[in-house]
Amino acid sequence: MKTAVIVFPGSNCDRDIAVALEQVTGTAPAMVWHRETALPDGVGLVAVPGGFSYGDYLRAGAMAARSPIMAAVAAAAGEGRPVLGVCNGFQVLTEAGLLPGALMRNAGLNFVCRDVALTVENADSAFTRLYRAGERVHFPVAHHDGNYVADGETLDRLEGEGRVAFRYAEPLNGSARDIAGVLNDGGNVLGMMPHPERKIEAAHGGDDGRRMFEGLMALVGA
Amino acid sequence: MKLRIHVTLKPGVLDPQGKAIEHALAGLGFAGVEGARVGKLIELDVADGTGDADVDRMCRQLLANTVIENYRVERA
Repeated sequence: MKTAVIVFPGSNCDRDIAVALEQVTGTAPAMVWHRETALPDGVGLVAVPGGFSYGDYLRAGAMAARSPIMAAVAAAAGEGRPVLGVCNGFQVLTEAGLLPGALMRNAGLNFVCRDVALTVENADSAFTRLYRAGERVHFPVAHHDGNYVADGETLDRLEGEGRVAFRYAEPLNGSARDIAGVLNDGGNVLGMMPHPERKIEAAHGGDDGRRMFEGLMALVGA
Repeated sequence: MKLRIHVTLKPGVLDPQGKAIEHALAGLGFAGVEGARVGKLIELDVADGTGDADVDRMCRQLLANTVIENYRVERA
C-alpha cells in the first residue's frame, strides 16, 4: 500500500509514524511537505502525525490545518480514502473541519505522558476492523491539549452513529464522555489522541497499535 | 492601523487555565474572586482601509476556533 505522511514545521512524530508504516507495509511512506498542493498518485492512506506543529502556537493544530496540502487531504477524505490523525494530527483534523469538535487544554492542566487503557467502541471502521468491540487496548499518550469538547447534540450524534472509535477506560484529560478518538461520518477519517504508531512491536511494550495499520493495509491493498 | 482581537472561550466551555488562576488567587488570600476566564489578545498591524469583512474572515479562518471561541475586534 502506498502511504503518505504529511510533514509540518515543528512536528516531532512524523518519523515515528513513518517507521510504523514502513514496518507494517514493507514500503516507506511518501513524506509530503505541507507546502505541497497534491498528494502523490495512488496514496491509499494519509497520516497526519503527532507532535506540536508550529509549536502549538495560536491553538494546537490551527496553523497546520490551514496549510496548502490540507486541501488535498480534505479531497482524499472526500473520496473515501483513509485519513488518520494522531495527537496533533487529531487537533489538525478538527481545526480543518474534517472532524467535529475541538481539543482543549487538559482539564488537570498537566501534560500527560504514559500508557493508557482504551476501550474499542467501534470495530467496524477501516481503522478498527481487526479489533473486537469492547476490547481493552493500551496505547501511549503524550499531550497537553487532549480534552475533547463538542456540544451535546454533536456528542449524541457521534455516539448514535457509532463514531466514537476509542474511549479512555478511565478519565484522563477531561474529554467529553472520555472520548479518545472519533470518526467522520464516512468512517474513513479517524482522529485520536493516543499513539498507535508507538505500539507496533514487543520492544515498544506491546503491539496493540499494529492491528490498526494491518487492517488498513489489508483493506486498501498491500 | 492597529486592530486588537480579543479571543475568548464561549460561555459554558470549561476553562481549566481560568480555574487554576481562580484557585491560585484564593490561595493567595484574595477573597471574593468568583470566576476567572483566560483569553487571548492578538494585535494586528493592517493596512489602512482594511475592511470589516476581511478582518472577520481572518478571525473565522484562523484566529478563533468558532467551535469553542468567540472573538471581538477593536480598532485602535
